[in-house]
Amino acid sequence: MNSIKDNPILKREIMMDHYESPRNFQLIDDNSYRQIHVYSQSCQDDIKLQVLINNDIIEDIRFEGNACVIATASTSIMTELIKGCSIKQAKEIIENYFNMINQKEYGENILKEAVVFESVGRQVNRISCATLSWNGLKQLLNENEES
Amino acid sequence: MFNVDKIRQDFPMLQGKTNEGKPLIYLDNGATTLKPNSVIEAVTNYYQNITSNINRGDYKLAYLVDQAYEKTREVVADFINCQSKEVVFTYGTTHSLNQIAYGYGLNNLKENDEILITVAEHASNTLPWYQLAAITKAKVKFIPLDKTGKITVENVRKMLNENVKIVSIAQVSNVLGCISDVKAIAREVHKFNAVLVVDGAQSVPHIKTDVKDLDCDFLVFSAHKMCGPTAVGVMYGKYHLLEKMMPLMLGGGMNLHFDTDFNVKLKAVPYKFEAGTSNIEAVLGLKAAIKYLKEIGMDNIANYEKQLKDYTISELKKLDNVIVYNPEADIGIISFNVLDKGKIIFGQDVASYLSKHGLCLRSGNHCAKNLWQYLAVDSTVRCALYFYNTKEEVDKLIEVLKTTTLENCVDVIL
Ligand SMILES: Cc1ncc(COP(=O)(O)O)c(C=O)c1O
Repeated sequence: MNSIKDNPILKREIMMDHYESPRNFQLIDDNSYRQIHVYSQSCQDDIKLQVLINNDIIEDIRFEGNACVIATASTSIMTELIKGCSIKQAKEIIENYFNMINQKEYGENILKEAVVFESVGRQVNRISCATLSWNGLKQLLNENEES
Repeated sequence: MFNVDKIRQDFPMLQGKTNEGKPLIYLDNGATTLKPNSVIEAVTNYYQNITSNINRGDYKLAYLVDQAYEKTREVVADFINCQSKEVVFTYGTTHSLNQIAYGYGLNNLKENDEILITVAEHASNTLPWYQLAAITKAKVKFIPLDKTGKITVENVRKMLNENVKIVSIAQVSNVLGCISDVKAIAREVHKFNAVLVVDGAQSVPHIKTDVKDLDCDFLVFSAHKMCGPTAVGVMYGKYHLLEKMMPLMLGGGMNLHFDTDFNVKLKAVPYKFEAGTSNIEAVLGLKAAIKYLKEIGMDNIANYEKQLKDYTISELKKLDNVIVYNPEADIGIISFNVLDKGKIIFGQDVASYLSKHGLCLRSGNHCAKNLWQYLAVDSTVRCALYFYNTKEEVDKLIEVLKTTTLENCVDVIL
């Protein structure tokens, strides 16, 4: 398979696809899920995120909300990557994602489709869109450890 | 004669500046406006030649600054047709509205009194009233808007009753751009002995303002939306109302006397409202801004903007991928969204794409978060014109909007 990173047409298709048919897009009414509501301070992005963690495994992750292409697609891609991971694996993915956003070294194989956001920093003001849910997930995992 | 090319030469921001590497086209004048050289010079002159504090004319320099500062009060008074002692300098519209809500409202409202606003009001003309109502147990009620988003005299009349003490509305909505008939509304409001507060943030910069003629009780506006500096604004109030009002802030410069028995004597209106060292440079900049606008002529400005607004709306209407929410706008504030395959593209995605082409427009709810139930969308993209914008700039906007698709919006970050 060609690298996604170097194929702008593929990158665009992936982003559009996740925006138009977001994965894991429906919240559930179930108390065993942890939930967080993330929203942008500067724009309209507004997303609710839920995770179900059992024995250190993220068994399920879901979201809903109203947000721009970048925030929606980055959340959808995140849920696909994270579902079924152990907490440790999830943290590694998150760390790599932020490294990519901050133009540091990262593992392309770990991030899979999430590499479409590699150059989101071209429009600095959009970094917050691409990291909104990722920050939310980070916070959920931290809270999980504290409890 | 109104000559836009000549006018543009007065603005450093219109001299070859870029946004994302493309020639800058600034269409976010509802948020803030660009500054002409004369305003920038007035501000820097304060720092380079006449720095000193006001209120203390112990030496010549301070006396001169004090004079220049007070002269601004006269210039503002002349601009809106009131007395200079009715002009209070504040940090802007938001500060002015809070000053009125607390300074007037706390003393004059009681349980079950009513404050009337609309869903189109800016946060700064909404939240102070919510807070005042929470403190006094008064109620905030909403005057219904008509189909085009206007506040009609008829609807104001329907909402008025003996419990209404304050009516607070924008003369021009920052999302819908329609002008309210303040004069007729004031007449109705006064029949019930209530006071009419007018948020002039989006009207004073664009149309001639005469508070005597409007007969509103308060009018507030911000300098930065009319070619002036940020963080300075005006609260106009009828003198007898200002006299009865408590200052929101207390401190130096506004008191005559205080002692350890807690006796405090305040200065007269307007000084009792101006606690602490004010934004002196910005007040001097405001004076230059008003002078600048008057030289061009408020009627010329209004005429030119109307033509440009009509042109923009008619061009936008020709695009089948654009919905305009306020085709009936009276002034150059146009709210729209772009469609791709019949679906609205999120405003921020559109604004980012426009930015890529040098165009500066704002997306979002424009601080009027109550309005969205009315418009039935979450957000819009807003094109807000000012007298230095041109047809060519509008043409560029139209050209880029024609190519605005979801795919192109995504490409912005690839
Ligand atoms: C209608 C209206 N009212 C109030 C404000 C607040 O003005 P400021 O931020 O200068 O206090 C604005 C500015 O966005 C406005 O458009």
